[in-house]
Amino acid sequence: MSDTLGTDTAGGRQSQGTPGAGDTATSVPPAPPRAEAHRRGRARMRLEIAVLSAPAIIMFLAFVIFPVALAAYYGFYQWKGYGEPTDWVGLNNYKLILTDPAFHDVLGHNGLILVLSLVIQGPLAIVLALLLNQKIRGRSTIRVLIFVPYIISEVIVGTGWSLVLQSNGAVNDLLHRIGLGSLGADWIADPDLAIWTLMAIITWKYIGFAVILMLAGLQSIPDEIFEAAQIDGASYWQIQRRITLPLLGPTIRIWAFLSIIGSLQLFDLVYIIWGQYVSGTAGTSTMAIYMLAQGRNAGNYGYGSAVAVVMFVISLIVALIYQRFVLRRDLRGAVTEGTV
Amino acid sequence: MGATTTTSRMFPAPEPKAPTGRRDRPQKWGSPVTYFIALLFVGVCIAPVLYIVLGGFRTNSQITTEPAALPRPWVVGNYIDILKSTVFWGEFANSLVVAITSTVGIVALGLMVSFVIARYDFRLKGAMYSLFAAGLMFPMVIAITPLYLVIKDLGLVDNLLGVIIPQIAFGLPTTVIILVPFLRAIPNEIEEAAAIDGMSRLGFFFRMVVPLSLPGVVTVGILGFVGSWNNYLLPLYVLNSQANYTLPLGVQVFSSQYSTDTAKVLAFTSLAMLPALIFFSVFEKRIVGGLTGAVKG
Repeated sequence: MSDTLGTDTAGGRQSQGTPGAGDTATSVPPAPPRAEAHRRGRARMRLEIAVLSAPAIIMFLAFVIFPVALAAYYGFYQWKGYGEPTDWVGLNNYKLILTDPAFHDVLGHNGLILVLSLVIQGPLAIVLALLLNQKIRGRSTIRVLIFVPYIISEVIVGTGWSLVLQSNGAVNDLLHRIGLGSLGADWIADPDLAIWTLMAIITWKYIGFAVILMLAGLQSIPDEIFEAAQIDGASYWQIQRRITLPLLGPTIRIWAFLSIIGSLQLFDLVYIIWGQYVSGTAGTSTMAIYMLAQGRNAGNYGYGSAVAVVMFVISLIVALIYQRFVLRRDLRGAVTEGTV
Repeated sequence: MGATTTTSRMFPAPEPKAPTGRRDRPQKWGSPVTYFIALLFVGVCIAPVLYIVLGGFRTNSQITTEPAALPRPWVVGNYIDILKSTVFWGEFANSLVVAITSTVGIVALGLMVSFVIARYDFRLKGAMYSLFAAGLMFPMVIAITPLYLVIKDLGLVDNLLGVIIPQIAFGLPTTVIILVPFLRAIPNEIEEAAAIDGMSRLGFFFRMVVPLSLPGVVTVGILGFVGSWNNYLLPLYVLNSQANYTLPLGVQVFSSQYSTDTAKVLAFTSLAMLPALIFFSVFEKRIVGGLTGAVKG
């Protein structure tokens, strides 16, 4: 490392001075004689900030923020998607959306999916992560295998599950073979069952991600803490409850946040398994499906854009509330203290 | 944090009377139960995937008469047909090109901007972080229609770049959220030591930050690669001609074209998911295993 000594001329970085001054050189302004070097250091720092962050920020603004802003603009028009929008309708699109019973339905589905995802996946993932964090044989193989559903695309998951679950598919056949043929059902089209089928598929697909996230969180807890607790005579369950769970808090809260946002924006799985029309009758349609059906597929780009805005606002409100009341502690620590 | 670790290492606690016995207890506890639950969990995760893979080795009449059975006899014709088809390999190549370039872009741009947010002191730091954090709430679904218009204006319709560029942009929020705490966790002592040794902040970035944050980078890279490999909505809008299709579009089109040939659809589907599975299993050890010890050691 020391071979770079003197080859770099970064202003203010080489202040060696006394050993005591050395370890504050990066953040605290050096003594007055070094003011000139310090000023050049600041300029260089600004340049570094600009060079390092500009590509990402420009890309993000151009391809994420700008299109979303465009959606907000189109939402005020009745627009078929050709030429410039001219037919200004003000808030009419929004009035129609918020009074449409079909929209209330999809909103309810999204809410149900959100709550059930948290309630089912959260505890399950924590318990499984605790189990898999023990030193058992084949641990790394198990970790690969449980992550498999997560890394398979929604298209493939959807194609596979619709084949398995159709009324003459493998699930009903299996039930029939083990003598439970009476439990066979039309898992996809039956309105009483469809939402639970969807929840089962969602849990199956995303639980691996939650477990891996929790495992990473568990691994980041220093072993010394567990060793200390063990030396003090704490039992396995005491350690899990009093040490692991509180220290896993930030991971759990981040996971819950990702899960909430994902639930509000669910689209691919439902669209591929149920499609636009069946999802409506089976009771699994989501806001994103509604947006596609009423927007692009109906040729009403203005109306579809307004639905997009409503979805965004709902996500934003939920996220802000969550950040304000749940994530606040984590974020404050991260921003002010400079350590995790 | 660094200080406490060092202290505990320099002054190890006095050994208790029977340390090994105590240390082993949690490991001994309920091992059969643990294995049973782990196996059950793995089984539930894998069974539907195995069904797809094994289904590709069956004939359509086997599937129709006994939906939930093993191949009897095994037939490889479905897989051979797919492996011989230029359509599959063309779509495979497109998916690979899109996934690799998107991943490289996401990791490079994400690491740069996360480094700035994590380790520079400036006024807009918080705002920058919030900007990307807010990006988590902008899914492609919401932006897709106007995004398509932007891509069209740039002349990138039916061009793989029209998929790659937005994927990088939409991949950045997750990347920043994951990498910033990672980069922040690198002890200041290391940066100070590097500075004392005359390393510039950029030198520190390339020589210390990139290697030290490798586990985080691998995590982000895997998410980026898999996200791109599996993306359906964006290619659906942007790519029109079959020569440019990526595999998810290919699967969708294939399964509607050959809706009566279930076995072949299953074979195509299996082969389409294979690369993401291989990619993940190769790098998996680095995700969880690499998270510990990277900074400690």
